[in-house]
Amino acid sequence: MELLYASCVGLLVACGVFLILRSRTFPVVLGLTMLSYAVNLFLFSSGRLSLNQAAVLGYSTDYADPLPQALVLTAIVIGFAMTAFVVILAIRGRADLGNDHVNGQVPEKDKKGKA
Amino acid sequence: MIQHLTSLPVLLPMLAGVILLMPPCGKNVAIRRIASVVLGLITSCVSIALLLQVQQHGTAVYAIGDWSAPFGIVLVADPLSTLLVSLTSILCTVCALYACAGDDENGSFFHPLLHFLLLGVNGAFLTGDAFNLFVFFEVLLIASYSLLMHGGDKRNTRAALQYVIMNLVGSAIFLIALGVLYGVLGTLNMADMAQKVTFLEGDDVYLAKIGGLLLLVVFALKGALLPLHLWLPNTYATAMPVVAALFAIMTKVGVYSMMRVYTLIFGDEAGELSHMAQNWLWWLALATIVMGAIGVLASQDLRKLVANLVIVSVGTLVALVAVQTVEASAAAIYYLVHSTMVTAALFILADLIGKQRGKVADRITVGRPVTQPVLLGFGFVIAAVAAIGMPPLSGFIAKIWLLKATFNSEYGVVFWPLYLLASLALLVGISKAGSTVFWHHKGNTNDSHEQERVHPAQLAALIVLLSSAPLMAIFAGPASEYALNAATVLHDFRGTTSAILEGGQ
Repeated sequence: MELLYASCVGLLVACGVFLILRSRTFPVVLGLTMLSYAVNLFLFSSGRLSLNQAAVLGYSTDYADPLPQALVLTAIVIGFAMTAFVVILAIRGRADLGNDHVNGQVPEKDKKGKA
Repeated sequence: MIQHLTSLPVLLPMLAGVILLMPPCGKNVAIRRIASVVLGLITSCVSIALLLQVQQHGTAVYAIGDWSAPFGIVLVADPLSTLLVSLTSILCTVCALYACAGDDENGSFFHPLLHFLLLGVNGAFLTGDAFNLFVFFEVLLIASYSLLMHGGDKRNTRAALQYVIMNLVGSAIFLIALGVLYGVLGTLNMADMAQKVTFLEGDDVYLAKIGGLLLLVVFALKGALLPLHLWLPNTYATAMPVVAALFAIMTKVGVYSMMRVYTLIFGDEAGELSHMAQNWLWWLALATIVMGAIGVLASQDLRKLVANLVIVSVGTLVALVAVQTVEASAAAIYYLVHSTMVTAALFILADLIGKQRGKVADRITVGRPVTQPVLLGFGFVIAAVAAIGMPPLSGFIAKIWLLKATFNSEYGVVFWPLYLLASLALLVGISKAGSTVFWHHKGNTNDSHEQERVHPAQLAALIVLLSSAPLMAIFAGPASEYALNAATVLHDFRGTTSAILEGGQ
């Protein structure tokens, strides 16, 4: 289980980083989303992975750590709001700058390709 | 009531932000402006009251919801954090006052956002919990994103987009670092973390090291330390000047977090991990000072120049944090207050000068003379003298102190020549800018269209910011005593941890 979980987080981070390094805003936003998914999974696992354990004291002899769950909940809410903000900002950037590049200008190479 | 004082600098700006959105303030501009400044004044007064109380009775710990220390979230008011809270509150009030001259009408919700930013910054200074620090970082960031976009144009959108993406990546790294540290230490309370780090063994030491160094990346990004400083000049130069003046405190949040994490958690007592970030911090700080100084020499307009001054001040502060002695920290605290006020004043001056020069704005080139050369000229000289660190103002005292703090260590050999050369670069850069702007002009003041004169509210804000430089020099005795006391408390590992873990009522 640990191996599967870890490789899942690793794959998400790798995809996220790759997409963030792209030059257009849409892949970058997707990359940020993937990275935040990976982070949420990672935070969740910081309380150790376990099966069939309640996160409430007194309901079972072994119990899961409830704190990471609270942390993940906070991180999800904040990540969601931030993603919404960056989407709006990207749309405004598209309108203001006339293109969807993070640098605000289309590189020379691409221009020639289109022409 | 008195024990709830610690939570008020966080709660009041939140209430203020909400009140400013509600009907009487939301609709009427005059009422909104008055309410914003008055609420800012109340927060400042409460912060100063807290500062005085902490000075009398020692560190105050406030357990939110009465959940005691390692389990619940605590707010810790010690001399350092209350000083910075007071500084932030005063700076915000001054910026609110300055914006009343008309800058707040360029977009909507300037005043509520200003108070939400104050909420985030005050919270980040006061909190004693690492995850709560992350939450307050996000609060101040979302307010800063919106303020950055306030009344902006094309260049502004691009800078904001890059700033937001950088900071979102930073937040992700922050969470990963916290996850690693929680997995190893089993706690997120900073005092508790500091105690548990001592007992780490085997592979856990390396994991904690990874977590700690990831935190360094985040704080370096917030504080604009090389090589993560590239966002700063563009962002600050395209934001509205009053917002840039307000952001003078934002890089300091990163530096403050470094102080907390690397002197408390990974400080003297941390066993194998003690001072683990010191080497990184030291060399990166020196490189930051060099980059900032080169930036000052190369700047084409006044706002870029001041933005580069911010980078120099961050480099200086981080270098002092890396030295990790009580005296260096005390010098850093004094320098922090001084540089925040002075850079804010310079951003505001750049705005006023730009508005009076017509088309050339604040570019450092020949253009129309300013309408009020005496007023702006004197203001610029005071701010410049303080920023460069020439006698007799606060910058000089700060410089002497920080040079003295590094004198008796192996650090002095590198730091002295480098810092003095950087000061020379600042001197050349700022005097070149000043002489070009004020003395090289063509055309005359009585040009075709109306000239803008300095609004009384702007003048008042400028005077408050500028007066800090002579005041901190005149009252250098009490001020340096306070800084020394704050630094002693910061380095007092046992006192801090026991106060937090046993205190909290």
